[in-house]
Amino acid sequence: MKKTDVVIIGAGPVGLFAVHQLGIKGLKAVVIDNLDKAGGQCIELYPDKPIYDIPAVSECTGEELTKNLLEQIKPFNTEFFYNERVDEVKQDKDNWIVKTNKNNEFTAPNIIIAGGVGSFEPRKLLVKDSEKYEGKSLFYSVKNKDEFKNKNISIFGGGDSALDWTLELSKFSKITLIHRRSDFRGAPHTLAEIKKLEDEGKISIKTPCQLDSIIGEKNIESISIKFEDGKIEKIKTDTILSFFGLVMKLGPIAEWGLNMNKKTIEVNSKNFETNKKGIFAAGDICYYPGKLKLILSGFHEVALASVECFKRARPNEKYRFEFTTSSKNIQDRLGKK
Amino acid sequence: MPKIIYKDNHGNSKTIEVDNGLTVMEGAIQNDIPGIDADCGGSMACATCHVYVEEKWLNKLLKAEEAEVDMIDMAYEPKKNSRLSCQLIVSDELDGLIVTTPEKQS
Repeated sequence: MKKTDVVIIGAGPVGLFAVHQLGIKGLKAVVIDNLDKAGGQCIELYPDKPIYDIPAVSECTGEELTKNLLEQIKPFNTEFFYNERVDEVKQDKDNWIVKTNKNNEFTAPNIIIAGGVGSFEPRKLLVKDSEKYEGKSLFYSVKNKDEFKNKNISIFGGGDSALDWTLELSKFSKITLIHRRSDFRGAPHTLAEIKKLEDEGKISIKTPCQLDSIIGEKNIESISIKFEDGKIEKIKTDTILSFFGLVMKLGPIAEWGLNMNKKTIEVNSKNFETNKKGIFAAGDICYYPGKLKLILSGFHEVALASVECFKRARPNEKYRFEFTTSSKNIQDRLGKK
Repeated sequence: MPKIIYKDNHGNSKTIEVDNGLTVMEGAIQNDIPGIDADCGGSMACATCHVYVEEKWLNKLLKAEEAEVDMIDMAYEPKKNSRLSCQLIVSDELDGLIVTTPEKQS
């Protein structure tokens, strides 16, 4: 079990800035995120879209913002746990025990939940029996492409993932690419390659249609797709790959006994603590009267929460407010001379 | 104030007065209309405010931009009359607009 001052759930911009605000106060944190990298919604939803309301930054992309925040917290050598979801939070006297789905355990007097709208998970197919095949012959990502050799694969989706995997897997499997529209969205070069493969008869493209049903017993044997005009077609399939992006799921957070307001967590606006002492929520996931879902609001929220975190983590020390421009302590912590 | 009619997939409907300039999504969220989640808060990033627009209203709406159409690909059971309600801005011309929420959002 790892001991730390604060467990931060969520590596989005607000979770990252929490590391900074805690770090300059001399507190150690670990960060846990269900995605494979930092950035949260900024990276997953709009890496290339401009953001215009970060104070003193007239324009930056989600990716740049994330990169800059990571740079800003470098001096604190924070440990990140990616691809992990916090499943359980339990009280142990004045501490909290946090358990992830990979069985990592942490103990800390404070938790900051900066989880945005919850964890990102692949959007699943909703036809009957689809869960039954999940992980066996229905997949939402390709981890090891060797497992996709010499198969009849039906790929769903019209974006980059669907197109890229169609190109890659068509080298050694029979691919049917299925999309609800006749337009695909991808780099011109990719689109040209797809067209070429179709013209050469190496892949089959079905549009505009959607999955109607999966036919099989233990394994998938075929699928039927429904065209816009109502026509149904059966396609021999042993593997389905579905690329419909990610959805945000609140997940286990709802079960930790926190006061909720729809899908958000109620906090006070003094230190952003929830109804549980030592558990804070900041950023899009928190709710208080007047709450705005802005990145800058999240920054403010973790700055205030970090003060209360200090008091809980260092009960015998007096908290002293300091400016980064003039505090020798802070500058030491930032590695500045 | 323009009236927007929100129908669920069982045909129950609610008529709400929505201020000009708000989106059809905001009108729903502010009035607790079930069936519109709007997880991303209107940044066209999640497709959980997906609605079906009554046929006769379709050409009165501004055409969906590419990014919206791409996002609708991700929605639950998209159809020809699918739109993201966060992209539909309420105006006097849309007084009486009828939208139907899908069976589920994700």
